[in-house]
Amino acid sequence: MSGVRVLVGTRKGAFILTADGKRKDWDVSGPLFTGWEVYHMKGSPAEPDRLYASQTSSWFGQIIQRSSDGGKTWEQPGTKPGEPTMTPEGMPMGESNKFVYDTSSGSGKPLTTHQWYDGTPHPWEFARVWHLEPSLADPDTVYAGVEDAALFRTTDGGRTWRELPGLRGHPSAGGWAPGAGGMCLHTVLLDPSHPDRIFAAISAAGAFRSDDAGQTWRPINKGLRSDQIPNPTAEVGHCVHRIAMHPSRPDVLFMQKHWDVMRSDDAGESWTEVSGNLPTDFGFPIDVHAHEPNTVYVVPIKNDSEHFVPDGKLRVYRSRTGGNEWEALTNGLPQSNCYVNVLRDAMAVDSLDSCGVYFGTTGGQVYASSDAGDTWAPIVRDLPAVLSVEVQTLP
Amino acid sequence: MIRVVLPQHLRRLAEVEGEVQLDIDGQATFRSVLDALEASYPMLRGTIRDHVTQQRRPLVRFFACEQDLSHEPPDARLPDAIATGAEPFIILGAMAGG
Repeated sequence: MSGVRVLVGTRKGAFILTADGKRKDWDVSGPLFTGWEVYHMKGSPAEPDRLYASQTSSWFGQIIQRSSDGGKTWEQPGTKPGEPTMTPEGMPMGESNKFVYDTSSGSGKPLTTHQWYDGTPHPWEFARVWHLEPSLADPDTVYAGVEDAALFRTTDGGRTWRELPGLRGHPSAGGWAPGAGGMCLHTVLLDPSHPDRIFAAISAAGAFRSDDAGQTWRPINKGLRSDQIPNPTAEVGHCVHRIAMHPSRPDVLFMQKHWDVMRSDDAGESWTEVSGNLPTDFGFPIDVHAHEPNTVYVVPIKNDSEHFVPDGKLRVYRSRTGGNEWEALTNGLPQSNCYVNVLRDAMAVDSLDSCGVYFGTTGGQVYASSDAGDTWAPIVRDLPAVLSVEVQTLP
Repeated sequence: MIRVVLPQHLRRLAEVEGEVQLDIDGQATFRSVLDALEASYPMLRGTIRDHVTQQRRPLVRFFACEQDLSHEPPDARLPDAIATGAEPFIILGAMAGG
């Protein structure tokens, strides 16, 4: 019988929630990586039991974890217990958490500066991996979006990581600046129709696209307007919070920006606002229904300093028209005294029929809907603050 | 024999309980102890000091013999009590919330 596996990253560890296709009775396992922030976990589309996790700490840095059995056991790639600690060449192993910007003379780019919060130049410093995006075809290939913003890739299952320096080396990079959470590359979308096409988004720089497998990049922010930057329609500088795509229609992108919900019908060449009748168009997550490419979900919050849902009501908004016309989904969600947020990577959909929608809150609840958002119920209520939610639909 | 006390998070990563015991060839310095620790437990590489610069991570501290030795040079000799194993070399996360 088919089922789902929900991968939840929180401020103090990770949890795995599983259910059969009815999605009524849930098994909750965890916490994994206790006490560490787990920014993101995601499974390989090519090999669903291969999972990757970003385990991170301001104290002890970055750890990459990998599972090959659906999350039952985990290892740091390259340092499996009992394996040799040195390579045959005598080099120490344990490189899976080594994220070093590529400044090599050949393909690399020099480490220059980006803008700091006050507009002064600031050196590039690696902080953590925000997002792991496994390849659509190869379980050993994964992209990692990191803070300070750059894109890394492993092709050996996470044992080693190399920067794709063309993005950080873009001429506009000196003008990129951190959002409130840091200068993070948080969104990586792989285009199933164009294997060499990658979309990435950075707070606060904007959206970028590569058509050559990550070697070169260009900003795709035409149509965005951000009043928080000196030139509101500048080529870069926009605080894009999240981008979503339906795999059957990869040229259509939906974006939740700092303010504004946007849509592109030409792979990011141009954007149009589709905030329509939303109560506020500030928010973080955005996602697309698994079977209806024009059905989109957002969770508006009050504004850029009050990061909680408006009026004390937790409402997911759904558009079945690709934007502009939105309906509030409230059945089963708290409608009074609720002041949580839903972070950018904390919403996901399964591909069962009907489509399941999931999100986690900063208050530690993970809500699920097995009917495309019409009704909701909590899977768990009292986890640490949720940073990320991913869903795997299992055969 | 050098005795090293790791913080809980790093003990979990290294899959060890209690103190770690290390044998050091030559003089016991901060660098030689950390080199030996990472050689035995490569999963700790990058968690105590930076992979490339080898600098101590800002929120990691080194205590020994009731003193804060976090700012000693990497090649400074460790106190005799550490070198002989009479006292442990303590690695811990700074008390900065979390």
